[in-house]
Amino acid sequence: MTDVAGTDALAITQEVELAASTKDAPEILSWDSRARRTITVYIPLAIFVIVLLFPFYWMAITSVKPDFEMYDYKQYNPFWVHSPTLDNIRKLLFETEYPHWLLTTMGIATAATFLSVGASVLAAYAIERLRFKGAQHAGLAIYLAYLVPPTILFIPLATLIFQFGLFDSPIALILTYPTFLIPFCTWLLIGYFKSIPYELEECALIDGASRLQILWRITLPLAVPGLISAGIFAFTLSWNEFIYALAFIQSTEKKTVPVAILTELVTGDVYQWGSLMAGSLLGSVPVAIIYSFFVEYYVSSMTGAVKE
Amino acid sequence: MDATTAGIDLQWKPRRRHSRVGRLFDSKPFLVTLCMLPTAGLLLIFLTYPLGLGLWLSLTDTTIGQPGQYIGLENFYSLFDDPVFWGAVWYTIFYTAVATAGKFLLGLWLALLLNHHLPFKAFIRAIVLLPWIVPTVLSSIAWWWIYDPQFSIVSYILVNVLHLRAHYIDFLGSPWPARWSLIVANIWRGIPFVAITLLAGLQTISPSLYEAALLDGATGWQKFRRITVPLLMPILSVALTLSVLFTFSDFQLVYAITRGGPFNSTHLMATLAFQRAIPGSQLGEGAAIAVSMIPFLLVATLVCFFGVGRRKWQQGSDND
Repeated sequence: MTDVAGTDALAITQEVELAASTKDAPEILSWDSRARRTITVYIPLAIFVIVLLFPFYWMAITSVKPDFEMYDYKQYNPFWVHSPTLDNIRKLLFETEYPHWLLTTMGIATAATFLSVGASVLAAYAIERLRFKGAQHAGLAIYLAYLVPPTILFIPLATLIFQFGLFDSPIALILTYPTFLIPFCTWLLIGYFKSIPYELEECALIDGASRLQILWRITLPLAVPGLISAGIFAFTLSWNEFIYALAFIQSTEKKTVPVAILTELVTGDVYQWGSLMAGSLLGSVPVAIIYSFFVEYYVSSMTGAVKE
Repeated sequence: MDATTAGIDLQWKPRRRHSRVGRLFDSKPFLVTLCMLPTAGLLLIFLTYPLGLGLWLSLTDTTIGQPGQYIGLENFYSLFDDPVFWGAVWYTIFYTAVATAGKFLLGLWLALLLNHHLPFKAFIRAIVLLPWIVPTVLSSIAWWWIYDPQFSIVSYILVNVLHLRAHYIDFLGSPWPARWSLIVANIWRGIPFVAITLLAGLQTISPSLYEAALLDGATGWQKFRRITVPLLMPILSVALTLSVLFTFSDFQLVYAITRGGPFNSTHLMATLAFQRAIPGSQLGEGAAIAVSMIPFLLVATLVCFFGVGRRKWQQGSDND
């Protein structure tokens, strides 16, 4: 145990200890540790990445394969596409109502996001900054609301939606998505508001600003990163939502992408795998794009929200 | 002189008007009500009320389009004698237990791997999260295609590339392979969340603790067992609670891949409730199945949260 280099002790497993020792250790040891590191870190990590990403690769490659290639593994290597075609995508875009479903989903997700983030900002501000009596309990109640899974709510909600005359209307989804979006966003924003110094608001109060002015001019601009991550989360979650959209929407043209692919594109006993995969891929693209732009916000707020 | 007094007058008037509205907005009760109103309204109407309504529906024989009569515990009695229901209860528990164990073991491993100094670390971390970002139903359809009886790529690898098996696997055609296939897809989807959450937990552990352990001559396993695991417990218990809760109440994955088949062998309680309530139009019976998930969810949540989190409390750290 000659190594007291220590800086590399950030990492946990034993082999890193050896890796750290390479700084002082002779050549053989350094080779040994590199080999060890390859076996214990790089190879497992590569396997993880391949397994986690393979379904997406498979999805992508299937969506550009012509039918004769897709069902003939003997002549064509299934891992590669020999004569790529846009036929599946063309069929999807021009022979089904896919563009319409995309637009519907986008509209519903955007509306639900704005509604939820707006409501959550006010609630989080009231709970964290106005410090009214019972604010703690209100926060806890909202957190508990997050723990109620949609699968035990959709049946009574369906009857409720029917009574309101909202059945088969996008408004039904816009109003019900906040039940799982608001708890999450509120909790995330409470964390963000906590990180903004209270003194800033006190200064504004002394300068004669009203409470609403403080919220609008001081707190919100400072909480923009939090608002962005709450917005991305809300958008992705509503884009991914399935059971409410499946239960409350009936007519073909009003369906959201996940529901429509499963109920409209899956017909009969012979599945059009090419179109199905193209539809899944295109349906994932919007969230993937948003995610790739804001990945740093995403990761930090996700871990932050869990830590709360 | 006159000019200045007039100026003061002019200044005062708008101030008074401002202060009337301003006073209303500065009064705390009014402001709190205003701020809490949208959230409270939406949650009460679309969450709390349906929760109670669900309890009531489970005691009625409501069908779609027909308001039901109160029939007491009739729905629960008939479920009690229903082998399909018990099969769903059993598979839901099995699915939750196995999938959660898999997700956490593999997720912890991935988190430990990602905690090393790696090239392109941020990039790897970002792409690893993809299965969690993409809509579950859409990735489930990809899994459905991977599990195709004739053109499964997994079978192709096993039979034609590795020559490990003689025949293609019928993944979704018979009960047990179908059950395991669903669990694998669920684990695949759950790993990123667990890994990234635990990675955040790992990064809060102070390196000086490992340095101290190193000086004391601790082995890698000892460091993992005595430092990493205990300090990871708080975040682990939260992640475990959420994971168990959402795995237990899972719907999308099973509905997309098998819809409960073959022979009702892969029904989760949620998919069974859906099948009975919406296509089967027995809202009362569906609600009864959904309501019977609640005790399981409560027990699972309490066990995960207090059972795993307890260790931290015993050490006498602050509440949070």
